Order: sequence, then C-alpha cells, then structure tokens
Amino acid sequence: MKRRHLGVGRYHGLGTWTVLCFAFLYLPIGILIVYSFNASSLAMTWTGFSLDWYAKVLRNDSIQFAAVNSLVIATISTLFATVIATAAALALVRGGRFAGQTASIGLVTLPLVVPEIVTAVAVLIFFAHLELNLGIGNVIIAHTTFCIPFAFMPIRARLVGMDTSLEQAARDLYSSEWQTFRYVTAPLLMPGILSGAMLSFVISLDDFIITLMVAPAGATTLPVYIYSMIRQGITPEVNAISSVFFAASVLLVSIYWLLSRRVMSVPKGSGANNMSGGSRT
Amino acid sequence: MISLPRNPRTRTWLGLAPAWLVIGVFMLVPIALMAVISFLEANPYGGVHFNFSTDAYVQIAFEYDLMDDLVFNPIYINIILRSVGLSVLATVVCLVIGFPVAYFITLQPPSRRNFYIYLITIPFWTNLLIRTFSWILILGRNGVIETPLLLTGIIDDSLGMMYTNGAITVGLAYSYLPLMILPIYASLERLDFRLVEAASDLYAHRLEIMTKVIIPLSMPGIVAGCMLVYIPSLGAFIAPDLLGGGKRLLLGSLVQLQFATARNWPFGAAIAMILLAFVVVALMIYAQSARKRARIEGDS
Repeated sequence: MKRRHLGVGRYHGLGTWTVLCFAFLYLPIGILIVYSFNASSLAMTWTGFSLDWYAKVLRNDSIQFAAVNSLVIATISTLFATVIATAAALALVRGGRFAGQTASIGLVTLPLVVPEIVTAVAVLIFFAHLELNLGIGNVIIAHTTFCIPFAFMPIRARLVGMDTSLEQAARDLYSSEWQTFRYVTAPLLMPGILSGAMLSFVISLDDFIITLMVAPAGATTLPVYIYSMIRQGITPEVNAISSVFFAASVLLVSIYWLLSRRVMSVPKGSGANNMSGGSRT
Repeated sequence: MISLPRNPRTRTWLGLAPAWLVIGVFMLVPIALMAVISFLEANPYGGVHFNFSTDAYVQIAFEYDLMDDLVFNPIYINIILRSVGLSVLATVVCLVIGFPVAYFITLQPPSRRNFYIYLITIPFWTNLLIRTFSWILILGRNGVIETPLLLTGIIDDSLGMMYTNGAITVGLAYSYLPLMILPIYASLERLDFRLVEAASDLYAHRLEIMTKVIIPLSMPGIVAGCMLVYIPSLGAFIAPDLLGGGKRLLLGSLVQLQFATARNWPFGAAIAMILLAFVVVALMIYAQSARKRARIEGDS
C-alpha cells in the first residue's frame, strides 16, 4: 500500500535535484569555511592548512569590541521584544474578538512586511530629527522594534494550541489570577516564549542593514564590522570570523529547532500528568 | 500581587499597549516622517529645508538641463526596472529550484522530513552578509570557478562573472531560496495524496498529474513563496552592493546611497516610498488571490 502510494506521485530526478539544491545551499558556506584554514594571505589561493587567521581574529580588539556590542544589543533587545510580544500574544489570543484586532495583528507583524532598507532609513530620519544619540541605545530601540514579530509568532502559536481547561481548573480551585498565570499559564507557555526569544536573538545578531544605517560611531556590531572588512579587501580573516559567526548561528538555530518541536507538542485536555507538559524533556 | 483591571477590553488593550507604543513610535511615525520628507526640498549640505516640493519625485524621471528645462532622465527609471526585472528573475529561479525540492521532501517519511526542513532553514537563519560574501569567493576574479579554468588553460582571462546582473540574481536567489521552499512544502504537506492516486487510476499521465493536480493544489504555497522571495529581493541591499559592486544599483542600494553618501534625503525618501508602494501593490495582489481562493474553497 505504502509503496504504491509513493510510486504514483514519484518523478525521475527528484532526488538528484534535491541533492543539487542542498549543494547550492551549503557549498558556498563550505568553501568559505575551508578557506578560513588557508595559510595564504590571498583569500583564494590555497597554500596549506593553518589556524593563524583564527588566532588573528582572537587578537583583534575591534572584532571583540563589535562582538560584545552585538551580544549586548541582542540580549537587551530580545528581553524587551519578548516581554512586549508575550503581552501582545496573550491579549490577542485570550482577549476574544474586539474592534482593532486586525489592526493590532497588522501592527505587530508590520516589521516583517516593510523592506528592511525602508525601516532603516525611516528610523535614521527619525533619530536624526529628534537628535537622539543614545549610542548603543539607538540600535537597541531599532532592534527591539523589528524583533517583536519574530518573538510574537512562536508565542502566539503556542497559545493558540494551548487549551484553557487547566487554567480554568486552577481558577476553580481558588487560585488567584496571578497564581494561575505564574503556576499554570507561564510554565505551559514557556517553550513558546523561549523559542520566540531565541528567534529574536538570532535576528538581532544577524541584522546588518538597519544597524549599518542607525548605529552611531562606537556602536558597531559584528556584521557591520565584517562588512567594513570586506570593503577593505578580502583576507582569510573575514573567512575566519564569518565561520565562527556561522557556527554560533547554527548552534542557536539548532537549540531553537529543538525547542520549537516542543512548541508543536502542546499538552491537550485535562489530567495531572499534563501539568508537567511544559517542562517535559 | 499586580492587580489587573476587571474589564476584559481594558486588559486586552493594556496587553497590546507596549507593542503599539514601540512599533507605533519607532516604525509608524518614522515611516510617516519619511513620507513627509519626500515632499520637502533638499538641503545641498545634507538634511532638508521645510518647503513643500515635489522635486524628489520629479527627479526620478526628469532632470534639469543647462537651460533649466526638464528633460527625461532614464537613469533611475532603469534602476527601478532592473530591480523589478532581477527580483522577478530571482523569484522564478527560486521557484524552479525550490518546487521539486519541496515536493521531494513531502514524499519522505515524517521523521526525515523534519530533518530536511531543518537543513533548509539553517542557511536562512545564518547571516545574509556572510552568505553573500561566500559568493565573492566563488564568482570573483581567481575564485573557485575561475582558478582551475585558468590553470588548465581552458580560459586565459577572467570571465568577469562578478559585478553583473547574473551575479546579483544568483545572490538574490541564494539569499531567499529557503523562503520559497518552506511555504510550498507547507502546502504540499497538506495535499490529499488520494487525489494523486485517483488521477493515476483515471489514466492521467505523470505530467498531467503534476500540472493538473499537484501544482494547482499547492498554488497557495507557490504564491506565498513567490511573495516572500520577490518582496525582499526588491529592497535588497547586500547582494547588489557586494555582487553588483555598488555600481549596478537596485532600489534598495539606491536608497542606501542617498542617505549614506549622496545626502539627498528627500530623493532617498521618495525612492523608499516607491519601494514601499511596490510592496503594498504586491501584498494587495496576494490578499486578492487569497480571498478569491477562500471563496472558491467556500463554494465547493
């Protein structure tokens, strides 16, 4: 049965095509990583294996300064964006239908729709007119804004799938509203919140164009610094820092992936064993 | 602890207030301000004069000649056309590469499907700048493609692959390919495979099954995927900048140039408004097609 099922819709060359597609997706990154171990200072001539470029990255103060900026900005923006997105998701999913609901969903997802370059220059104009110069603070404001939808989506997905019977049970058992939230809703929602936070962290860390336009001097992030390195000429040092950055992203995305699979497996119905659903490993 | 207001409406708005405040103040207001700026006069020393002027929009198609007469100037119109053209091209490339892959993944057992999707999403979440940079190593002078050809004497000079429309298109397609595959996969995954079997039982040819059953049923995913590739391609900055050498401008890089180097804010704002208009039109077409489909599905 199953074989026939697969046989009918099968087409020749699909597997080969898919392999080629994955090669297209991964070969460029693979080449970049391979050349980061190149001894030659000419990025594209292979002379031998070496870890010198990584050592150079480690000794480069500007890179470390930019990396610290990136991490600080991503951490603070993620905190803000996640709190704002959680409040918005709770209001939108649990608030029932109300006038302004569509507008509110549109607003929260607006940063996804507007092209990044448009957001970048609009915020640049805005900051320039206010003469707002909070250094790294300017970047944090901009990042918080566009991270909100990325934090919002997994949290809302989790909330939509969560059934309210456990919360109702807690209320029936005379727990206060705050206790219900603290001991029932929040733990159940946690995988959604964590994966939302993870997404916005990655998005903030990766952002380039908005930071390039908005960041004042001294608030350079890692992608902006890498861009200036590429501009100055391609050396394997760019490959090395890029490879490190790539590895960090893959790690974060993998954590997100594992978390989001838990987001999908929302405990349903009632029963004591489901109480531990949120923290199940 | 914290006591929340009793009224559910007040609560809903209390929950939404921070989102409205942040996105409203730091996104809606800036975009409105940008719209206003696009109708002001440029200050040659940067910034603007607060006089109403449509110069910025006029400048897109015309320029003043030595006699101070308006004459047609195709430079920016060409940039707009090239942006639309390359974005459409990149979308088509992504569709051609992506559709069979999404279909292949659908045919796999569920556990393996998840792993494939994970592999598709990884490049998407890694830094776009780094991914585009890697293409310089491939296409560039003495890059991975050229070096062996030069050494073996198949070619004697650089192929000049960099800084071309082709290089930009490859960069765009590479950037946004995952955004094509994911929605098509989401559509195909819900496809009722019995329809494919029924078509086969009724002697439909393989090609007919594909064109008359599978593709029409996955249309929502195809349309969504095309939108997700087309819209960011239109506003792309990194690919035209790194692979186009900053000389073959697209709308996105033109906007950046006006604010970073040329310092003509009203003109940059006007171009950004045009870009935004293109996006709004694309979204409206998308919403229209989604509504139409919902109606058809509602009828049947």
